[in-house]
Formats: sequence, C-alpha cells, structure tokens
Amino acid sequence: MQLDGKVPGGPLETKWDRHRFELKLVNAANKRKFNIIVVGTGLAGSSAAASLAELGYEVSVFCIQDSPRRAHSIAAQGGMNAAKNYTNDGDSVFRLFYDTIKGGDFRAREGNVYRLAQISNNIIDQCVAQGVPFARDYGGLLANRSFGGAQVSRTFYARGQTGQQLLLGAYSALSRQIGIGKVKMYTRREMMDLVLVDGHARGIVVRNLLNGEFETYAADAVVLATGGYGNVFFLSTNAVSCNVGAAFRAYRKGALFANPCFTQIHPTCIPVHGDFQSKLTLMSESLRNDGRVWVPRKQGDTRAPNDIPESDRLYYLEEKYPAFGNLVPRDVASRNAKEQCDKGLGVGTGRAVYLDFADAIKRDGKATVEKKYGNLFEMYERIVAEDPYQVPMMIYPASHYTMGGLWVDYNLMSNVPGLFVLGEANFSDHGANRLGASALMQGLGDGYFVIPYTIGGYLSQWYGKPKVKTDNPAFKESLDQVTQRKEKIMALKGKRTVENIHREMGLILWDNCGMARNEAGLTKAKDQIRALRDEFWQNCTVPGSDKDFNLAVEKAGRLADFLEFAEVMVMDALNRNESCGCHLREESQTEEGEALRKDDEYCYVAAWEYAGYGKDPVLNKEPLVFENVKLTQRSYK
Amino acid sequence: MTKTINLTLKVWRQRNAEDKGGFETYQANNVSTDMSFLEMLDVVNEQLTLDGKEPIQFDNDCREGICGMCGCVVNGRAHGPQKATTLCQLHMRKFDDGDTIAIEPWRVKAFKLIRDLAVDRSAYDKIIQAGGFVSVNTGQASDASAMPIKQENAELAMDAAACIGCGACAAACPNASAMLFVSAKVSQLALLPQGKPEAAIRAIKMVRTMDLCGFGNCTNERECENACPKEIKITNIARLNREYIKASIGSSVM
Repeated sequence: MQLDGKVPGGPLETKWDRHRFELKLVNAANKRKFNIIVVGTGLAGSSAAASLAELGYEVSVFCIQDSPRRAHSIAAQGGMNAAKNYTNDGDSVFRLFYDTIKGGDFRAREGNVYRLAQISNNIIDQCVAQGVPFARDYGGLLANRSFGGAQVSRTFYARGQTGQQLLLGAYSALSRQIGIGKVKMYTRREMMDLVLVDGHARGIVVRNLLNGEFETYAADAVVLATGGYGNVFFLSTNAVSCNVGAAFRAYRKGALFANPCFTQIHPTCIPVHGDFQSKLTLMSESLRNDGRVWVPRKQGDTRAPNDIPESDRLYYLEEKYPAFGNLVPRDVASRNAKEQCDKGLGVGTGRAVYLDFADAIKRDGKATVEKKYGNLFEMYERIVAEDPYQVPMMIYPASHYTMGGLWVDYNLMSNVPGLFVLGEANFSDHGANRLGASALMQGLGDGYFVIPYTIGGYLSQWYGKPKVKTDNPAFKESLDQVTQRKEKIMALKGKRTVENIHREMGLILWDNCGMARNEAGLTKAKDQIRALRDEFWQNCTVPGSDKDFNLAVEKAGRLADFLEFAEVMVMDALNRNESCGCHLREESQTEEGEALRKDDEYCYVAAWEYAGYGKDPVLNKEPLVFENVKLTQRSYK
Repeated sequence: MTKTINLTLKVWRQRNAEDKGGFETYQANNVSTDMSFLEMLDVVNEQLTLDGKEPIQFDNDCREGICGMCGCVVNGRAHGPQKATTLCQLHMRKFDDGDTIAIEPWRVKAFKLIRDLAVDRSAYDKIIQAGGFVSVNTGQASDASAMPIKQENAELAMDAAACIGCGACAAACPNASAMLFVSAKVSQLALLPQGKPEAAIRAIKMVRTMDLCGFGNCTNERECENACPKEIKITNIARLNREYIKASIGSSVM
C-alpha cells in the first residue's frame, strides 16, 4: 500500500496556513446537513465534539463511562506545554517543535509536529477563556514551570491536576452543546465495530452496557478519540476501562496500525506490591528534580535503607550520567532501574529502587520539600503506608502512554476515508517517545484546532449525495459479526477468569516487549501469545448474562482484542531492529551499551495491515523525510 | 506492615431498579492490608466467578481518586471511613481482622439504581449542561495572559474546581441534596472574570435543574463536606446562595 502523509509543501512555517486555505470549506448553512460520530470523550474527543457542534455540524458522541467527564485524560498530573514564551527564557514555536521531534527520536513527521507547536498557544488561550484555573503568580499572570528535563519553562499547570481541569473545561464546552441539543450524548456505550460503505467509514455498532443490546448509528464521518492501549501490559497507570477495542476494530476493517511497539514506560511509579494489584499509580517525574535514585551496592543487602551507609549505596544514574544525573529522560531512567533490578540489586519486592529525599530535606528544609512535593508524598504514604520524609520512597517503571496508534495523514484521517483518529489513539506527533506535558497539548490541539478544519475538506465532497442509513446491508453484516462474537464469548465456561489470563498476557509483554527487547524473547513471546489466545477461547470463563449490566462481559471482549493486538505489537518490535525512543533493542547498542538508532534502515513509520485472524499482518512503510532538523544521536553522558 | 485479615462482607445485591434487592453475606479471607478496597472486591469477584456465581457489579475506572466513577456507602459512610479519600484509594489497612463491612450503593432519589452498587448519576451531567460552563466557542479566546486574575481568587476557584462529581455529597446528605456539587461549579466560575457575565443566569439554571432532577434542599447538615473526597467546602454553598439571591432579584430570567 502506498502511504501518503499528505503533508503540504512549502516552508515549514507556512504549511498549515496554506493548507487551511486550500482545504475546501463547508458553508455554514450546509454544516447542519452533516452528521459526525465522535467516539471517546477525553481531551481529544470532548474538544472535537464541542468544536464541531459549535460550527454547526450534527454530532453524536459515545463513551464507555457513565459520564463524559470520567475519561482518563482526567488523571494527567503535570501540565501542558505551549510556546508562549511568557518567561522570556528563549522558547519559540520552533524550539517546541524541535524539542518534540528530537524527544521522539526523529520518528514523527516534521509537518505534523510543527503544526502542533504552532497551535499550542491557541490551546492555552481557549482553556483560560473556559475558566480553567491555571496556577498564577502574585501579579495574577499565568505561572509556568520547567518540566520533564526541558530547558525552558513552558509548562502551564493547575496544581497536580492539570488533566482534570483541562478535561473539565472541554467537558463543559461539550455539555453546553448537549444542553442546546447540538450534540447527542450516548454514555455507557462501547464501540464494537466500524461500518464501511463503499470503502468509507459510515457508522458504528455499539454495545449498550446497561442492557447488552447492540445499537447501530450512521454518519457522514467517524472520529475515533479512544485513547491508548497501555493496558495491554495489564498493570499500567491507565484506568481500568482503557482498551484497544475501538482502534482494533477499525484495524480489522482496514485501518493501518502504526508503530504499535512504541510504548512509554514511566520511571516514577509506585512499585507493584502484590499479585492482587489492579493498577499502578504514577507520581509526577518532577520528583527527580530533588530525589536521588539509588540501590544497595551488594546483592541481598536486607538492611533498612537508612541503615545502609553512603559507601554501600550505588547512585547509578549519577555515576553513569554525571552531566544529567537523576534528570536523564524517562526512557533512560526506566531502563536503568530495570537493569539494576535484573542484576539482583532491587529493593522491596526486588522490583523497586529507592528515590531518596534525605539530602534535599537536609539542604532545603522539610518545609520547602513539602511545598514542592507535599501532595505526592501524601499520595505515596496513602498507598504504601510509609512516610517519605523519613524513609526513601520506592519507585519502579510502569506502562504509561502509547505513542503508537492508528495511522493518520496530515488531516488526521486514516487510510480508511472518513475515519479520523485523534489524541493518543493516533500515532501522529510523538514519534518513538513523548515528552512530558505534550499529551494534553496534542489531544486538545487535535480536537479544538485541527479536526474542525480538516473534516470539512473531506465532507465537502459529499454535499448533496444520498445519505447512508442504518438500514444499509453493511450494518446488518456488522451486527451479525458482533453478535456471533458475543455468543462465542458468552459460551466461555472454562476454569480461568478474564483477569487471570490478562495478567499472564501482560507479563509476557512486559518481560519481552517492554523497555528492552531482543529477537529471541520477541519470537518466544509471539508463540506464547498465540498459545494464550487459544487458552482464552478454550478455558476462560465469563459469568452472568449479557442482558444485564455486567462488567465481566465487557472485560472479556476487551481481552480478546488485546490478545490479537499483542501479536501485532510483538511483530512490530521484531521488525524494528534498532534502539529508538523509549525502547532498547538489545542487538542495537553502542560500544558503551547505549541505545543505537539506525536511521539508514528504520527512519520510517511502520504501518501494519490486517491480513485475517491468526495471519501475520502486512508491513507498510511511510518514509520519514527531515528537511528542517538534523538527525542527531541523543547523549546524556 | 503488611498482614492479612479476615472479613465478613454484607453487600447490597439488586439485579435492577425494579428488583427488591437485599444484603448478601460473603467471607473475604486472607485479605492483604496493602489492597485497596476495590482490589479486595476484585478478589471476592474472582472467587464468585470461579464458583459459578455472579460477581458484584460496581462502577470504577481510574483507581487513583480522580475520575469520580467509584463510590459506595461503607458502614454507613460515603466512600468509607478515611477522610478525604475515594473508595478506590481506601486501603484495607484501615480495617481490622474480624470486621464486618456493610457495602451499599448511593441511596439518592435522583440516582436511579442500575445494578448492585452501580447507580445512574446522569443528573449531575444534566445540571452542568444547564449552565456549568462559560459560553465561549473554540477560537473566540483572547490571549491567555490578557486578563490578570488575583492569585487568591485563582486558588479558591481551583479549590472548588477539584470536585470529581462522584455523588458522595448527595449520598451523605439526609435530604439527598446536590448543593455542594452545584455550588462548587457555580463558585469556580463566579470567582473568575471569565465566568462573571453569566454568573446570575448560571446559578438560576443550575439550581432549577437540580430541583427538577429530584434532589432535595440544603438544611446545613454539613454531611456533604464531611464526606467529600476532595474536601470541597460548604462555604461554596454560601457563595451559591449569594449568587442565586443576587440573580433572583436583579435578573430578567425568571
């Protein structure tokens, strides 16, 4: 398949401007004749739905939770970047663009990323106008902080709850449109299938989670904003309901899945402490600004941390990376923690390292540390029941964000015409690694300022043409398929629960397709996943009826998708024989044991095409061309 | 320190809103005190599933206290015994070996029961849809720093904006009132210049919708403030009342 990213020509700075001029418009009176389906109500979905409805389109919105306000964007803590340069410290649109593309290890499109940096400023303006209570300084102007190792202070924040406040802002804009009848909101609905008519996305089948009924909806375009697939690891910082289902059903209908092996493992999470654990909690990585990371030098040192003298402590980040120390990027910090634990130096359960604030408390006083990190220390104590002011924290990396997603062009449209994909669900802007405080920016940028323009370019060709309705045979066909599948799932009366199998799948991926991978491990993982998929269809058990509100049925369906998707992820990792962004391919290292990227072989987007159940997907490549930045190897020595 | 405890659970089971419902008793043995309350319920559900019984249905999502989806009445208290804590963040170390724990859904007239511990809180969404926003379209915003906001007001607005919409305030209130929820949004926006132009009509529309949804009135019991996992203060209700009175007197909206 020939992949065209459709990035407009001309200088970087004028691409978006020119593209907006060249895009066909739908005039105001005609917009109300078009129906748009939006699936997902996180930052991308809510902002898109509200903005499209404001323009006059008829919008139908679907979410799996009981309210659009619950989407997992709400849990983002740190902040959102924008190139405002309010701090006068050298930031610019070009710098934000450069940092983002370099941070992504040169595996994203220049044109898309530059546009994101351009619209970042509009996003902040919009959020403030909605009443988002960003932090302010004494003069009443917006406060900024430096975040995630950035050398400029460009991050806007609302305490440690930035995601919540931005989402509630987008939710309020969406609610306003629901209130005046421009948006029809369907809660507790899970997308089961994408419906294509003559090759174009024309509707969806959803399951009403309250009564198990399947419902069909037709539209002129479908927008997916259904988030990432981090829960493929079972344990992650994602919410319980986050899943790959909607994106995967689109993939099975022909949409390409790009770079699925690009997942981000966040270094500062609270470690796993038991087999019962259902989720991992992230703590802002700002903790590494003052905390020192260490493990005991000797294996099997069972002394309490405060009893281990300086000479017996290994501050491995400070020793290995004297220039950056504890502030190395997320992937480097994560990988080194795993490496120390693999050597048997881990603390607690063996899968944790210390993050110690004793020196910071001695230097700055407890009050200062409390002011900076009080809420995080409190959160830690609530979960672990240890006081980080007295005893070093324990941290361990966890799956946090997925850069991979459905392939989209510059218009955020997938290779399936009429199917648009926004936010974490697409692969677009973060390459092989996402910078801190960029996810919120991308979700809102896609929804507020990209899709309102680009969707018109697609819809304008359909003006006056006959509408697809749900009596089209394509809906019936899709309905039959999802019904058959549901019956297969309800017939599962084996001996293992959904959670139990999901946990096993998560471990296979975590061990073999996580921060570090190699060919032998990945090949083995592929076989293990296939075997586990058979085990699921033979030995899983699904309790209760599908006619009631029954969370177990939803979970089983999601796991079935994950079990197929996991294999695509592993295939992608196998193919990419380079170390890049968040992951280390063990066969591709420098002599010093650092990640080695291979631009001559892998400077492309790997977009996978469904080939049928149990068959290996087909690889399509979109070469990445860099005209404005020079590709450099990252070094933190 | 980690230890294990044995518990007796009395859990409200009800197939749907029409069903009568009642308490069922379950033994939860060898519960690690490091578990969260919902993880404890997960383990009970795993066993029920393996025994061929139907698991307990309860709403939950983020499991880090921010999405507002979880919540039950535990031993008579919304979100359980720990102050300023959602049910998903409550850990079993707050309970003792041999305890009996009663678990019930939010019992609020405006929240129809769905099944077991899950209820329909869409009334809260309806209240927001009536006026819990600033009427600004995408693209209409001026520069973010064009309008300075007194830091104190920004902080007070943030305090109110921390509401997660979980429903504990209504569940804890003897009148099943949603005043704390409504007042948090009205306060947040009334404290900021962006929200001022619509402050009057917002207060009126949101309070009217609250009444229409079947929530009760506030009689200053303060149970809501006590139960709120985000420590939203009832001073917000005082601010709502001020806005409402101002609006009722001075507004053309009836």
